[in-house]
Amino acid sequence: MHNYLDFEKPIAELEGKIQELRHLSGEGGVNIADEVGRMQSKAEKLLVSTYAKLTPWQKTQVARHANRPHTVDYIDALIEDFTPLAGDRAFAEDLAIIGGMGRFCGHSVMVIGHEKGADTEARIKHNFGMPRPEGYRKAQRLMSLANKFGLPVITFIDTPGAYPGIDAEARGQAEAIARSIDVCLSLKVPLISLVIGEGGSGGAIAIAVANSVLMLQHSIYSVISPEGCASILWRDGAQAKDAAGALRLTARDLLDLGVIDKVIEEPLGGAHRDAQATIRSAGQAIEEELKKYSELDGGVLRASRREKFLKMGTKGLS
Amino acid sequence: MNWLQSWVRPKLRQLVGGQKDIPDHLWHKCKGCEEMIFHRDLEKNLSVCQHCGYHMRIGVKKRLELLFDDAKYTTVELKSPIADPLKFRDRRKYTERLKEARNNTGEKDAIVVAHGAMGGNKVVVAAFNFDFMAGSMGIAVGDGLLTAARLAVVQETPLIAIPASGGARMQEGILSLMQMARTTIAVEEVRDAGLPYIVLMLDPTAGGVTASFAMLGDVAIAEPGAVICFAGARVIEQTIREKLPEGFQCAEYLYEHGMVDMVVHRSALSETLNRVIDLLCNHKPAGELVPLDEDSSPADKSDKKSQAAAPNEPASKADKDGQDKQGKQDKQDEQANQDNQDKPTG
Repeated sequence: MHNYLDFEKPIAELEGKIQELRHLSGEGGVNIADEVGRMQSKAEKLLVSTYAKLTPWQKTQVARHANRPHTVDYIDALIEDFTPLAGDRAFAEDLAIIGGMGRFCGHSVMVIGHEKGADTEARIKHNFGMPRPEGYRKAQRLMSLANKFGLPVITFIDTPGAYPGIDAEARGQAEAIARSIDVCLSLKVPLISLVIGEGGSGGAIAIAVANSVLMLQHSIYSVISPEGCASILWRDGAQAKDAAGALRLTARDLLDLGVIDKVIEEPLGGAHRDAQATIRSAGQAIEEELKKYSELDGGVLRASRREKFLKMGTKGLS
Repeated sequence: MNWLQSWVRPKLRQLVGGQKDIPDHLWHKCKGCEEMIFHRDLEKNLSVCQHCGYHMRIGVKKRLELLFDDAKYTTVELKSPIADPLKFRDRRKYTERLKEARNNTGEKDAIVVAHGAMGGNKVVVAAFNFDFMAGSMGIAVGDGLLTAARLAVVQETPLIAIPASGGARMQEGILSLMQMARTTIAVEEVRDAGLPYIVLMLDPTAGGVTASFAMLGDVAIAEPGAVICFAGARVIEQTIREKLPEGFQCAEYLYEHGMVDMVVHRSALSETLNRVIDLLCNHKPAGELVPLDEDSSPADKSDKKSQAAAPNEPASKADKDGQDKQGKQDKQDEQANQDNQDKPTG
């Protein structure tokens, strides 16, 4: 069953009718193939036109779509011999960030990513992809491990943000994020980050200070959620649509700003309509990026990563 | 102005002998205990309430005067980065908000970079100006920290960061988030040069500022009562729908949770900073080494020394050599640490 977003209502209606007609033709043997074909092409045109001009707020909704492929799906499809690693060796195992070693295109790699969970039970288990300090400390541990043994690091970014809770603050959420950024910047192995859904603020950048930052076409990456921004600057959370526009959180804008390096196109109607195709293109893009860095010396990798971030903010949007 | 002020008050004043009206700004109400404090007392106490110890916010200039030797320092002219890169507009244009902040503060942005001496040691300071858009961190602030770090590296001096900030500057969107990476690079440049990096956290230190350079200090100091956090109290309350414990996220809470080395009263800040800098920068004893003699008072030291000098001399020489070696050893350790820090540590 497909979950439609509010702006997809006309598409939902058409696709609903097509389903009905198919059902009828199956039962009664009435030949309505022509009619179905016509409606299908109409639905597709509608999908194309809707997705060709998604507003930043609509992109935010797509980026958060419940059926969008999550980190576990990418790991399942792209990583062989995946061996999960757990715990920060100090306090706990935090499932909002999952990670481990495995083989990507035959090469040993370290994979780390936010995991939101696909159903209610999983969402609770993974805390909706909102890590606590132990999640970031685990990420640091895994990155350092990768660095020690020369494994490239791939991170998948998909979080509403770091968890805002009493326990998280008590155990040093800020320090955990700061140190995680520090570790990203110190790595002498390639670090590739891919924003697959929501890149929520400090909770996202903590594991995304990478040599290459890639973004799926309809994913978002922002300093604050549109709702949070609206409630502070507009003093009204309902202005999230305006805030989403003002924040310039789309992949296209981020590419223009030099904050990300590449946009990966999504299948028509968003990643959730064809998860496998999305993951395939993501895999290809990651492979290309890793190839670029395979010959580079560790010191160069680290220096060029720093250099890239130092340059950010020299150009704006027109 | 009503007739009470314009007519009755002057008449009354004439009657009681022409005493001048007391201007309002002579008295301040303490936010901590609500006691009234006379302005001279407040000034004398460095804007700390003499009744309850509440530390009021002070401007960045006063802060720098308080910390640098003889209140003398040189500010560094900072380049202006691209203004309003996103053409951001909420209820007002970002450019308007910027202009207003510049007019009100006379500063270009929310950071001041200064150099001078603390306890005789040269230092570079990057201090936030909370009065400028709540000290929020955008490109200019990131640039400021990088400038400060590079100046510290060139001058071979410690870097002292003094955050007082509500967090990232939302009006610069993703570019403000990227300052978390850029300011961390600033910290790393100072670390790579083997120089001390000290953070003095003021009220408030929040969001992306806390979660980047502010939490990466070799030594972390906080002012009493300063709110230091990642997520703000309101956001947490809305998320968990619970009342927060008293004192949550204040400097003392962070100290108890192992997040800062010390919480230091404003009156002791200068002395503490000087001592920390001195301990980290000057490894050898300041003067000639005097043998330890606990019960000697300074007055009779010379006498005792002449008597005890002969038997103690070899030991004291050994001590001195030992100390020198220790000093060298420290340097080597430091070097080794730096090398280690090239590799990330968890």
